[in-house]
Amino acid sequence: MREMVNVYIMGKKYTVPEELTIMGAMEYAGYQLIRGSGCRNGFCGACATVYRIKGQTELKACLACQKQVENDMYLATMPFFPLVKQQYEIKDIRPDEQIMMQLYPEIHKCIGCNACTKGCPQEINVMQYIAYAQRGEFEKCAEESFDCVMCGICSSRCPAGISHPQVALLARRLTGKYLAPESEHLTRRVEEIAEGKCKDMMESIMNKPLEEIKELYNNREIEQ
Amino acid sequence: MFSQEMMDSIKKVEATRQSRIGADLRRMTAEEKEKLLREYHPDFVDDGFTVLEAGPNKGDKVPHELADLLQANSRLMSLEGYEDIDAVEAELVEPDYDVDVLIIGGGGAGASAAIEADEGGANVMIVTKLRMGDANTMMAEGGIQAADKENDSPAQHYLDALGGGHYTNKPELLYKLVTEGPDCVKWLNDLGVMFDKDAQGNMVTTHGGGTSRKRMHAAKDYSGAEIMRVLRDEVINRDIPIVDFTAAVELILDDQGRAAGAVLMNLETKEILIARAKTVVIATGGAGRLHYQGFPTSNHYGATADGLILAYRAGAALLYADTLQYHPTGVAYPSQIFGALVTEKVRSLGAQLVNKEGEAFMNPLETRDVSAASIIRECRTHKMGISTAEGEGVWLDTPMIEQIHGEGTIEARIPGMLRMFSKYDIDIRQVPILIYPTLHYQNGGIRITENGMSDVENLFVAGEAVGGIHGRNRLMGNSLLDIIVFGRNAGRNASAKVKEVKSGKLTLDHVRKYSEEMVSAGINTDRVSPLLLPTYTHGREND
Ligand SMILES: Cc1cc2nc3c(=O)[nH]c(=O)nc-3n(C[C@H](O)[C@H](O)[C@H](O)COP(=O)(O)OP(=O)(O)OC[C@H]3O[C@@H](n4cnc5c(N)ncnc54)[C@H](O)[C@@H]3O)c2cc1C
Ligand code: FES
Repeated sequence: MREMVNVYIMGKKYTVPEELTIMGAMEYAGYQLIRGSGCRNGFCGACATVYRIKGQTELKACLACQKQVENDMYLATMPFFPLVKQQYEIKDIRPDEQIMMQLYPEIHKCIGCNACTKGCPQEINVMQYIAYAQRGEFEKCAEESFDCVMCGICSSRCPAGISHPQVALLARRLTGKYLAPESEHLTRRVEEIAEGKCKDMMESIMNKPLEEIKELYNNREIEQ
Repeated sequence: MFSQEMMDSIKKVEATRQSRIGADLRRMTAEEKEKLLREYHPDFVDDGFTVLEAGPNKGDKVPHELADLLQANSRLMSLEGYEDIDAVEAELVEPDYDVDVLIIGGGGAGASAAIEADEGGANVMIVTKLRMGDANTMMAEGGIQAADKENDSPAQHYLDALGGGHYTNKPELLYKLVTEGPDCVKWLNDLGVMFDKDAQGNMVTTHGGGTSRKRMHAAKDYSGAEIMRVLRDEVINRDIPIVDFTAAVELILDDQGRAAGAVLMNLETKEILIARAKTVVIATGGAGRLHYQGFPTSNHYGATADGLILAYRAGAALLYADTLQYHPTGVAYPSQIFGALVTEKVRSLGAQLVNKEGEAFMNPLETRDVSAASIIRECRTHKMGISTAEGEGVWLDTPMIEQIHGEGTIEARIPGMLRMFSKYDIDIRQVPILIYPTLHYQNGGIRITENGMSDVENLFVAGEAVGGIHGRNRLMGNSLLDIIVFGRNAGRNASAKVKEVKSGKLTLDHVRKYSEEMVSAGINTDRVSPLLLPTYTHGREND
């Protein structure tokens, strides 16, 4: 017999095996999920869930595919949260302080309550990266927010109405495009290919008889 | 927590660790590999396959689970509120959406295609089953290959992929993949993808199974997520409409047999919607959720081969649909993440595959098919696996990584892995992890030409739904590359083609014809496809 626990899915009681994740428990209870299940492995943020353990006051948040059920867990899924996403042309904007002010001015309304950080299932220091964004320190903001799955739990908690994941995404795109140093070897190779410089080598391999290609493959020198 | 057997075995792994570091683990010869694959790789398990009796690939074998869907009834024949398929067909004259390019699937291939089609001036729409980005692309951890370093070349990349694919890759597709690779990495970089670079801007690149040069570019171990987040953001910035929680359930052709749209279903309301288009791009990804031969999978919830079913009924042939990739390192323990992927980067960073006695039984950088077969052999025949609730597994010795590269390496290079296990109180810096092969990637798919078109005129295909680029086995990092190269390619060509198309009368006649072909082949079934979503009960029926 499997060990069972009681969970309350949107308030309704179900008895489920204790080893299941919240997502598994919902399916065990008979749900055919359409919303709230994406990658099923902690990457997509489709399965944001809030819960409270009976008798405790603290409201916790998690990803349903990543969290094992506990006895007397009261849970509600949050398969969508209305984040504000501003549109911009990445090639026309620049990584300066104004851009954040222009697109996401509400970040300056942060009251420092830190509810965003406490809610983050990825253990990201959300409030800290918002502070970096306020100061135009995009690289730091990008680094700190890198593991964000954009589930929106942070924003659901924010009294200032900040859409943290979108702020972070803008900072990361600015960093990737403008602040990180250019990869000269990449630019060079793209030019070489455009000039047709790789063509001969390609053709000389492709036109070889299969046996010779196999020979080449089996005796490749492998970079250490 | 760990069983006694696991804890005893961990001690043996620890005891041999020091002596294994730096040890030269022999690579298998071509003959050894060949024999191993024939005996142990699931692609060679005859019981796993069915020979198709209808459609363009009649006579070819494919996995049972796929055959059951390819040879099933169209959903349009038994829709609630519609007497029969004629009733659906009657609605084609009044489409709900009318666009130039219809893109089916909201992963990396679909997003790349959408951006390029938009760039080409076409009026584009994306329809996707879950949310935009809930896709295999989001989950890719390891990285993306491209031959952009001094000591590397597209020709070298070609050789690696061709050998890895057992010389079955379509040369013209592989040519495109390797020669357009660097440009695609640059395209992503210029869109703002944060690749791992050193202070001078050199890409930090590593090996993957089967590579002869270090050409794996990464964005920590969130490579796919980083790419997907940026592409999705770009799609939204361009105002390309996304219709989500809506699945394509059948293609629409025109009276000349050219693709001209799709019948869609809103998965929440079950409403049927008609999308008319001048060209169509299928970018529906893989099939892990069909759980071939009972394997667990690393794939996202919507990976049910829908695109293959739709294209097949419309007359497009599949290529290499009998070859799947079983990733050697799926999680074997704990059960909550059974089947989830442990990125190959763990092995690139030096972690060895170790059996229950603490012996490294193979070189960890063999290709995926060889590694998977070798692990299956180690457990099944050599009886050197460690038992788990779901079966068995072998160790992937993660603590070695920090002994080789220094403390902090795991957190810096594979933070996603560290986090995934730490949720279940396993610190991969301290203890090795238990792994077993998991169903990971659909090597085959819909056959295309260089311009991305299938056998059906105006039906383009990109991404994991394509067959032929990787031959019968794909190397790590070549799939993220192919979704960009061939996604952009399909988007460009689909958009260029729009100008030539004057679509005729829309029809579902191909669906009727396919059904008749099934009847004449003696296939009588109440199965319905495409599957759209899997159903899980977690053993409820036995409790
Ligand atoms: C865990 C994991 C790790 C990986 N790691 C790597 C790696 O390190 N390097 C690498 O190169 N590759 C890797 N891969 C492989 C690679 O990520 C995928 O092959 C690739 O991203 C597939 O992209 P795609 O756009 O073709 O499909 P997907 O990204 O899966 O997108 C398919 C989309 O189509 C939608 N869809 C499906 N059916 C329908 C329908 N009927 N109607 C409408 N929409 C539909 C889906 O919901 C989804 O949005 C990995 C894969 C997985 C699962
Ligand atoms: S389903 Fe993707 S994070 Fe849970």
